[in-house]
Amino acid sequence: MVTNITSFSRSGLSDWIIQRASAVVMALYTVFLVVYLLAHPQLDYATWSGLFEQTWMRIFSLLAFVSLAAHAWVGLWTVTTDYIKPTAIRVGTQSVIIIAIFVFLVWGIQVLWGA
Amino acid sequence: MSKLQVSLYRYNPETDSAPYMQEFEVDTQGRDLMVLNLLEMIKEDDSSVAFRRSCREGVCGSDGMNMNGKNGLACITPLSEVVKNNKLVLRPLPGLPVIRDLVVDMALFYKQYEKIQPYLQNDTPAPAIERLQSPEERDKLDGLYECILCACCSTSCPSFWWNPEKFVGPAGLLQSYRFLADSRDTATQERLSELEDPFSVFRCRGIMNCVAVCPKGLNPTRAIGKIREMLLANAT
Amino acid sequence: MSTMRSLTFDAIIIGGGGAGLRAALELAKSGKKTAVLSKVFPTRSHTVSAQGGITCAIASSDPNDDWRWHMYDTVKGGDYITDQDAAEYMCSEGPKAVFELEHMGLPFSRFDNGRIYQRPFGGQSKNFGEGGQAARTCAAADRTGHALLHTLYQNNLKNNTTFLNEWYAVDLVKNANGDVVGCIAMDIETGEVVHVKSKATVLATGGSGRIYASTTNALINTGDGIGMALRAGVPMQDMEMWQFHPTGIHGAGVLVTEGCRGEGGYLVNKDGERFMERYAPNAKDLAGRDVVARSMVMEILEGRGCGEDGDHVFLKLDHLGEEVLSKRLPGIVELAKTFAHVDPAKEPIPVVPTCHYMMGGIATNVHGQAIAQDADGNDQIINGLYACGEAACVSVHGANRLGGNSLLDLVVFGRAAGMYIESALNEGIEYLDARESDIETAMKRITRWNESEGGESVPELKRELQSIMQNSFGVFREEKNMVEGVEKLAELRGRIANAHLADKSHAFNTARVEALELDNLMEVAEATAIAALERKESRGAHSRYDYPDRDDANWLKHSMFFPGEKRVGQRDVNFAPKTVDKFEPKIRTY
Repeated sequence: MVTNITSFSRSGLSDWIIQRASAVVMALYTVFLVVYLLAHPQLDYATWSGLFEQTWMRIFSLLAFVSLAAHAWVGLWTVTTDYIKPTAIRVGTQSVIIIAIFVFLVWGIQVLWGA
Repeated sequence: MSKLQVSLYRYNPETDSAPYMQEFEVDTQGRDLMVLNLLEMIKEDDSSVAFRRSCREGVCGSDGMNMNGKNGLACITPLSEVVKNNKLVLRPLPGLPVIRDLVVDMALFYKQYEKIQPYLQNDTPAPAIERLQSPEERDKLDGLYECILCACCSTSCPSFWWNPEKFVGPAGLLQSYRFLADSRDTATQERLSELEDPFSVFRCRGIMNCVAVCPKGLNPTRAIGKIREMLLANAT
Repeated sequence: MSTMRSLTFDAIIIGGGGAGLRAALELAKSGKKTAVLSKVFPTRSHTVSAQGGITCAIASSDPNDDWRWHMYDTVKGGDYITDQDAAEYMCSEGPKAVFELEHMGLPFSRFDNGRIYQRPFGGQSKNFGEGGQAARTCAAADRTGHALLHTLYQNNLKNNTTFLNEWYAVDLVKNANGDVVGCIAMDIETGEVVHVKSKATVLATGGSGRIYASTTNALINTGDGIGMALRAGVPMQDMEMWQFHPTGIHGAGVLVTEGCRGEGGYLVNKDGERFMERYAPNAKDLAGRDVVARSMVMEILEGRGCGEDGDHVFLKLDHLGEEVLSKRLPGIVELAKTFAHVDPAKEPIPVVPTCHYMMGGIATNVHGQAIAQDADGNDQIINGLYACGEAACVSVHGANRLGGNSLLDLVVFGRAAGMYIESALNEGIEYLDARESDIETAMKRITRWNESEGGESVPELKRELQSIMQNSFGVFREEKNMVEGVEKLAELRGRIANAHLADKSHAFNTARVEALELDNLMEVAEATAIAALERKESRGAHSRYDYPDRDDANWLKHSMFFPGEKRVGQRDVNFAPKTVDKFEPKIRTY
């Protein structure tokens, strides 16, 4: 058993499932958006913002954002532990990544529910 | 018939500050020798060339090396299989420290093997005869127990290159599954709980270099998949 | 010498094959300070190449099987110079040792009822030769040696055995009383030479097939233990007895298991005739290995060999079908494709008798204690020295080993040596320490190589030695040729004593290891040659044109080769099993 405190869930199994589940959510979200865009060739701002007024769409989008955040953290954590061997630089990079993900997530929520 | 151009990785820690490639020309007289035979011919002329070898028939796992970019056993690799444009480049297995020439320090590799507790564990009293096992149960060990610990797989695995201390690697995981799959082993729970961290098993990214190079035709990636399935079934 | 580091153990086991690992396991469990010293990582030892199985009366294929029948086969197979107390011990203790292996995890193949799969092998019978062919060889497909060696290594890991891997034992160290008190060994990785002190030194160094040009043996089988013992003055028993395995792949020498014939394969000559029917009407292709090997050579000599040069015969397997081949003989299919370029499911494999096993070795009792002789020819235990496995001559194999008996020999006598050493250590052993001069004696050889400044190279001399042995001491032997061989070897010995080690570097210097191995090959070859010349009869694997018959009046004996005066004496064969009646010598037919 290799212990590690910076991984997302501290369990390889949970991380692995989270990465796969989040990938499915993101894929569904992407497919939905692509279909929606194809179905509305003359898409205007009113229709587009109307879509995001719907509660279900906001929940779906939030789910996709959270998935993206989790997916990114698991993936980038793996990349940093693979390639960045000096501990200080690795922890520093990981901190930057987690702050960025946090900022983007909060910002995303604000975009969805704000204004 | 022109002579075979062999480029050989050389490093002797006592005399060389850095490794270098040495060129040899070998007259194979058109014979399709095994790479090991070729190395022996070179060693007759230059006795300082160092490599491991034992059974010379692909069952002991001593002479794993990198031949024209691909890991394999020198004793069962005919020249016709690896030589390109009359040229052969021989290097030690990648990713492990080099002791001398083609001889690598396998300590890390063995450490990962030992970590998975590579021995049968059964907490029930042993019967007076053998423990019974049906042919179907025994069949599950085929493709697993045949591993010869040559390290061709683990040293071709990028995940093992990056984390040789933490990722068990394809060879160790194949053996781990060999005991998980054995109907006579009762330590399944303990074995699984040792493997669920983010590194031991989950550093496998399914690159499948291990499958491509295994000289015994084994499939560590499949075994790793089976371990993941067992972990999942166990935890949900 | 005072700068040399020393290591101290209760017991040091030299050799990490089946016998060494089994002995080590016993000692590790007992908590004694033990180490296994091996010139290769243990799973690279030659046991890994054993294919067909481990013969033992576990009564799986036949619930009425009896270890006494196995003992009878073993004694008959050895042409009656098998020590019957040893054969009795091996065959009766065998089932326990095999079940232990299974409990340790050895992945045996299975019958439908869940018991261990057993296949027929050569020389096996039921009811003391009266009940037809037996199937007594326990198998893990055709990779039994691999499965066995890995299982033993794994269980040594479990029991925290200390390993000195890639260390090379150079010579034994004897004290002023002649007791063996350890050895000189070299860490191959660094080249450091170390004095290993031990109350018990076990030689489990395996065979020495590399004295022949064509052999099924691994490149590492150079008789290191035999060489060390001979240089220490230990006599060797039955060294003329070398088994030629009927089925080595023509050209490559790679072994094809007897299990092929056990599963129903058979040999044919160039006319497609199943010729073993003529030589052994009952057992046919499953006669003793010596019988089959001689028959093959006869076919070849009489012009019925296969191939352009008529120098081999064919092993036919295609009639067994792909399923049997892939299930029971998968390794053979692989080897045949790699080394003979044939698919056994479609074409026969070209095979030729190939040097395979050394029946002789260090004479021991069933506890693994090495035996010398005093001036009156009585057995004399050598204090501190033990041997087991192929390096030892217990002698369960006599003049010809039966297939599947070597793996049983390894585990039974490895285990027995371990148990005996444990009890001896418990009772307390005190030997004199080695003096500085004793250590210097043991260092002589490696010092000689290290100081060599010119002379012939090792590979050339090795090739010459192998060709002498191949030409003069092969399947069939005769006086004139052997006398020549002995003379050539004597001359070669002088040249080897002046040979040159060009590379004197320290780190992983395999040239130095090969030079040291050459000395051992020389010792083994000489012992073989002189003993073969002396045994004036044909028995088991020792077959002479000039003395074609067995001579029980003069040679129902072990030969003993004494290295000091290069003399061959005799030692009585044991005819006193403890629980069964002895088997009287009979004419040996199959």
